[in-house]
Amino acid sequence: MICLTEEQKMIQEMVRRLAKEKVAPRAAEIDEKDEFPWDIARIFGENGLLNLVLPEEYGGVNANTTTLCMVIEEISKVSPACAIMVFTTQSLINVLRRGGTEEQKKRFYPRFSSADKLCAFVLTEPNAGSDAASIQTKAVLDGDSYVFNGTKTFITTGEVSDFYLIFVRTGPGERAKGISAFIVEKGTPGFSFGKKEKKMGLRGSPTAELIFENARVPKENLVGKAGEGWKVLTNYGNLMRIWGAASLSLGIAEGALEYALGYARERVQFGKPIASFQAIQFMFADMAMLTESAKSLIYRTSAMIDRGEPFSTVEPMVSMAKCFTTDAAMKVTTDAVQILGGYGYTKDYPVERMMRDAKGVQIFDGTNQIQRVIISRALLGKL
Amino acid sequence: MIQLTEEQRMIHATVRKIAVEKIAPRAASIDESDEFPMDYVDVFKENRLFKMVLPEEYGGIDADTTTLCLIVEELARAYASAPQMLITTGAVLQMLLKAATEAQKEKFFKRLEKGTQACSFALTEPGHGSDAGSLQTKAVLDGDHYMINGAKAFITTGEIAELHLIFVRTGGEKAKGISVMMVDKDTPGFRVGKKEKKMGFNGTGTVELIFDDVRVPRDNLIGEVNKGWSLLTGVANMMRVWGAGCTALGNAEGALEYVIEYSKQRVQFGKPIASFQAIQFMLADMAMEIEAAKSLIYRTAYLMDTNGASFDEIESLVCMCKCYAADVGMKATTDAVQIMGGYGYTQDFPVERRMRDAKSVQIYDGSNQIQRVVIARNMIGRL
Repeated sequence: MICLTEEQKMIQEMVRRLAKEKVAPRAAEIDEKDEFPWDIARIFGENGLLNLVLPEEYGGVNANTTTLCMVIEEISKVSPACAIMVFTTQSLINVLRRGGTEEQKKRFYPRFSSADKLCAFVLTEPNAGSDAASIQTKAVLDGDSYVFNGTKTFITTGEVSDFYLIFVRTGPGERAKGISAFIVEKGTPGFSFGKKEKKMGLRGSPTAELIFENARVPKENLVGKAGEGWKVLTNYGNLMRIWGAASLSLGIAEGALEYALGYARERVQFGKPIASFQAIQFMFADMAMLTESAKSLIYRTSAMIDRGEPFSTVEPMVSMAKCFTTDAAMKVTTDAVQILGGYGYTKDYPVERMMRDAKGVQIFDGTNQIQRVIISRALLGKL
Repeated sequence: MIQLTEEQRMIHATVRKIAVEKIAPRAASIDESDEFPMDYVDVFKENRLFKMVLPEEYGGIDADTTTLCLIVEELARAYASAPQMLITTGAVLQMLLKAATEAQKEKFFKRLEKGTQACSFALTEPGHGSDAGSLQTKAVLDGDHYMINGAKAFITTGEIAELHLIFVRTGGEKAKGISVMMVDKDTPGFRVGKKEKKMGFNGTGTVELIFDDVRVPRDNLIGEVNKGWSLLTGVANMMRVWGAGCTALGNAEGALEYVIEYSKQRVQFGKPIASFQAIQFMLADMAMEIEAAKSLIYRTAYLMDTNGASFDEIESLVCMCKCYAADVGMKATTDAVQIMGGYGYTQDFPVERRMRDAKSVQIYDGSNQIQRVVIARNMIGRL
């Protein structure tokens, strides 16, 4: 019910099929074991889902925002943990495509386009979460390379990725003024991985610690100008939430709603399917209403981004879409567990996993509280 | 922030000008006196807004759903009561366009050249609100005429309408025996009864209509005899997106705009209250929910204008638009009063009126509970 081009409809069909046939049967096991699903990564790679943003000559489809939203939404209906690898990988490629030099594109594009190459977006540190401008990981220029020292935490798709877009302090200047962005490859001497987080949900999507001890990164890997990393983050990073967290949680909500609906049609109590009771019907109506509102907000916003509307207009819309959809998904999944009752609370049914996954998305990709800060700043201007 | 055609932009700009110059300045006094605003009638006549749904050859502006949404939203942003006479008239004229014969169109469209040009849409009866299928006002065929007896209640615009479109019982039980007829206000035996005193939505002329041996020509029957229910569900229900949905949306937007300005001016603890995060987050939530409702409404309008979805899908979306926008409108206006504190609670400021008006939209044009019944029925299907 969204206005899609013929090509987008074909991609949607393909992703829907893959999600149903390949991803869905593995979703519970991936959650249970919390192991990265390399089999799914390979399938995504073979079907071009890790290269969507690349230009056609490198095997991509030049995906715009709407296409990315739709792909993430479809995969997340069955497994947001699997959708996340597509999200972080396209995030890095997207930043490079918009903010990288021709030389960097020529150097990196062919390497992304070989299958299975995953990427991660690296910002958070132990003491710099919502207050990202206070990051302390240092990069100091020494000859032809920058020397990195410091630690990054909660890095989604960490350890399994080959390429990392990393925000570090190069100076000069405090806070947002002295930050730069670099692409760093796995295997760089001095770059290692620490603790892997054990999480309540989004399991199978590894969340890793990255440790830099005198790691040398070639200065050609600087994305944008030195000291202008904050611009890279806000101009490109902030807008990715629409096809990142927002579309992830839309898929989660849709998946939970569909499952609970099927269940309520079959489950008999008091001699009738529970779907025939108005108490249950009204829960469904509210779940559907929130989900469709979120969907409308996401695709209206993605259309605005694809039309090239100004950053100041789309930035608060993206924050609204992220915050609204993740809150909606939390409510819808919680109610889905409620409708399934005791069964819903067990691991024999998928809705408790969906509820645990939904909580993660309210926190990651900029907490919902930070989104509200962005929205109210846009509403109020300078005070 | 919606992609509009040139013509839609022009209409939007004209209506905005009317709303700012003619509608808004009169809102408080109409609310206070509850008198029907005949000055609004004059402005709407001048601008062909009563006939907005009609093709140009009948003196209309041939407005599609998106255009109707823009008009109602913009007027309601100034004052929620203002567009109600246009909504009831538009509803009647759309019904005539869909179901009347050419001769009937000619006759009734011509009739609207004199007087107020307003029509009322009369379904509800004292004993039949949400359960509209059991209405009891009777029409009995007697030669070339129908003889009508009964009463209609809560009829918006009924006070000043030239023509009333009424649902009457001509046949058997419930939905199967209902027909649609046009009644001229000048018909002997017809009179306007009690005018309701309401908590809000003043100046909308909400009255009782009384039919006491009213003889209307057989030719005033619209569509087939006993097929009135399908006209109601097939045609009239779809209007809720631009009727109640956009009334709620515009009213909420007006409240938000007002409190944003207020919270920047109002100083407590030595700072504008807008600088406190507690207030900022309330504003962010209001804006987010309003934009979600707006996205849902304009996506639905777009799908209706482009035949982009099935009847059931559109019907569900329309119900969601009405219910969600009305609930958002209630919450946003309640929070607007809260942000303004004691001042917000007084009639010196417009937000308490907006809150009273918002309550009405949750009830009229199909209560929000009835919307949820329809949404759930379409989701769950036959059990």
